[in-house]
Amino acid sequence: MSTQNAPDMKTPVPRGPLPILPPPRPRRMVEISIDGKAVSVPEGSTLLQAARSIGIDTPTLCFLENLTPVNVCRICVVEVEGSRMLVPACSRQAEPGMVVKTDSERVRLSRRLVLELLASSVDVSTAPQFQEYMKRYGAQPERFGDAARPAGNRDAAQPGHHHAPENGNAATVAQPVKIDNDLYVRDYGKCILCYKCVEACGVDAQNTFAIAVAGRGFTARISTEYDAPLTDSACVYCGNCIGVCPTGALMFKSEYVMRRAGTWDESKQTRADTICPYCGVGCTLTLQVQDEKIVKVTSPLDQQITNGHLCIKGRFGWEWVNKK
Amino acid sequence: MLKGIHNGARLFVVDPRRTSSAQCAEKWLGLHVGTDIALANAMAREIIAAGLENRSFIENATSGFEDFRRHVQKYTLDYAAKICGVPAAAVRELAHAYARADRAQICWTLGITEHHNAVDNVLALINLGVLTGHVGTYGSGLNPLRGQNNVQGGGDMGALPDRLPGFQHVENDELRGKFEKTWDAKIPPKKGWHLSGMFDAMERGELKALYVMGENPANSEADQHRTTKLLDGLDILVVQDMLMSKTAEMADVVFPAAAGWCESEGTVTNSERRVQRVRRALPPPSGVRDDIEILCHLARRMGRDLGNPSAEELWNELRSLSPMHAGMSYTRLEQMHGIQWPCYDENHPGEQYLHGRLWARPVIGPRAPLCCVEYEPPLDVLDDEFPIRLTTGRRLDSYNTGVQTSRYASPLRHGETIDISAQDAEKYGIQEGETVRVVSRRGSVLAPVRFDPGLRPGLAFMTLHFPDQVATNELTIDAVDPKSGTSEFKASAVRIEKVRKTEPVAV
Repeated sequence: MSTQNAPDMKTPVPRGPLPILPPPRPRRMVEISIDGKAVSVPEGSTLLQAARSIGIDTPTLCFLENLTPVNVCRICVVEVEGSRMLVPACSRQAEPGMVVKTDSERVRLSRRLVLELLASSVDVSTAPQFQEYMKRYGAQPERFGDAARPAGNRDAAQPGHHHAPENGNAATVAQPVKIDNDLYVRDYGKCILCYKCVEACGVDAQNTFAIAVAGRGFTARISTEYDAPLTDSACVYCGNCIGVCPTGALMFKSEYVMRRAGTWDESKQTRADTICPYCGVGCTLTLQVQDEKIVKVTSPLDQQITNGHLCIKGRFGWEWVNKK
Repeated sequence: MLKGIHNGARLFVVDPRRTSSAQCAEKWLGLHVGTDIALANAMAREIIAAGLENRSFIENATSGFEDFRRHVQKYTLDYAAKICGVPAAAVRELAHAYARADRAQICWTLGITEHHNAVDNVLALINLGVLTGHVGTYGSGLNPLRGQNNVQGGGDMGALPDRLPGFQHVENDELRGKFEKTWDAKIPPKKGWHLSGMFDAMERGELKALYVMGENPANSEADQHRTTKLLDGLDILVVQDMLMSKTAEMADVVFPAAAGWCESEGTVTNSERRVQRVRRALPPPSGVRDDIEILCHLARRMGRDLGNPSAEELWNELRSLSPMHAGMSYTRLEQMHGIQWPCYDENHPGEQYLHGRLWARPVIGPRAPLCCVEYEPPLDVLDDEFPIRLTTGRRLDSYNTGVQTSRYASPLRHGETIDISAQDAEKYGIQEGETVRVVSRRGSVLAPVRFDPGLRPGLAFMTLHFPDQVATNELTIDAVDPKSGTSEFKASAVRIEKVRKTEPVAV
């Protein structure tokens, strides 16, 4: 090797100019009105961003900052003057002169009905945010009647085989919890079909495509290929689906076991942000600790490096801290 | 990376194994293990022959171009195709795609550095960046991906034989003097040994006491027989670790240490040079102390009172000594979610990429050299007796020698196996799942066979994650790169023997 022209390693290299980063794309401002207030947002902003920018708390279920909006839950709908339909705030972009109402009677009714239909058919007991929305909009899912008996194996259901339950009871998606590995459980009786897990498993984060939505209509459900156990699927156990699940349908096994034993107590838990030890990427881990044991690991959405997504080691590789 | 591909980036993967990254790539160049320099030099030759080098950048900021141009003349596409085992057209396509791109990066991991000519491998890649001007601008660059949360930080803090914190050379009197004054202590004025140099020194009897912190060389070093013998021969072995590793079991004294990432405060530095805060989420078990506390207690016993500094106080001392960290207060690290060095003062934003000085006219500081490096095959040669190339690496769910990751129930884990192609299995009359004896010139182990369609005939793969089950490093060669001290973990020559029915199989 010729090192005759190599720089002298003992002398520090002098400072260079500051890096030149591409300037942010200039964006025109768009003027709209939300609930009677004038709002100015950069072109391309969604109505949700615009509403949040003036402190309006618009409810969302299927939307998350680190995923592409899929517009399935319809909880974020708002009224736009001149539009026949309510529009989803999470994906509809602000256009000049739009007049938006986020809390009109029509909006409230629509949101309430969405919450009632979901809560009448899904177990939302581990979805505190959902319950808060129910309170906010006065949702009364019980008006659809008592829960009907579970309709058998939902994974075998064929489109069109769904029938209205007898005695005016409310059909549900109740089904046994799937426990097929030691890291996380899938309790699809708690699933509101927000698609977030499918997106996190797909192009928005992991690119593994282990799960998708199977079936149509009321028989639609999240499934692996041919409903195979996770251990026979493409799953790589990154747990990014758990990270985005809004209802607790996807849950760390550790949390599931503690909840069953009645020892899960969030009032006793502390959280600390640290850096994952397992590689050089530098993902932020939020360690949830109860009684001096790590009980759950999440990652904040706003950290630039992986936007809240982790891999199997970061999400689950902490058992040894508790065991020693 | 996949996000980049979805945004239209082109990905070429150069790897002997068809990894999951290779499956996502536009092109996979499955070269033979240890032929990286032949490939890189052939790319350089092709880039120059096609007139795709960045002439103005070369003239302004580099040195040695004419020598380099002559040097790579013999690395024709056909030569590379023969040595590397990839089609000449694929090498050409990669060279053109790289050189013509507006922005291009080369990322690598241990497949480049765990060789006896590791530094030459890296220089060959740097040559490509320098030749095309894909350095020192936004979105371009040369990017060694780090395997731990603080490999970068360890080097930055001076855990290198020739450097003080902030990469300040220990043999530079002025820089060393600054540290000696602050620490009120003498620092040896000559560089020390790196890891493999230390083992050589043990062999010569020059190194008799070893203090190991957070490392498990008894399992992780190549040629385990030799490593164990040398560690056994020390006068004293002190190990400071979170868990009872194999090395700790051999030690005279063990200091149980807190887990840096969840039981103590401090910083780590990731692959993109971003200094990030780690925080205490829970207390260490009783009897276990923080690294800083252990070191300060030890110093006191040795007659020097270093007080009881907090992690932040130590960090602030570092900032006063290392110009590239000077602007990184804990407050700023918190506010900015970490800062990329260099960060010279508290108004400095940190730097997303390095080497921008090469684009200044005239260039600031020394020119970037184009280095003439030659291809050399791996030292453990293949022959009739040892016809299979064994390369070692990692699997997604496990980490190094498995001290930490063996303790969670990963559904992906199937224990250690020797992965080979189905074609080789047929050739040697082996079934999947069958336990075979893997023999190298240094040792032999028993391991079950697994078929991997990502491996070509003649190539085998094992990990070091399960040393208690299969001591893979009994096979690996401790041929060491004299410049970096890394061992050639990536290229051993082995043969696979069927285990006779009468032979006891303990796996």
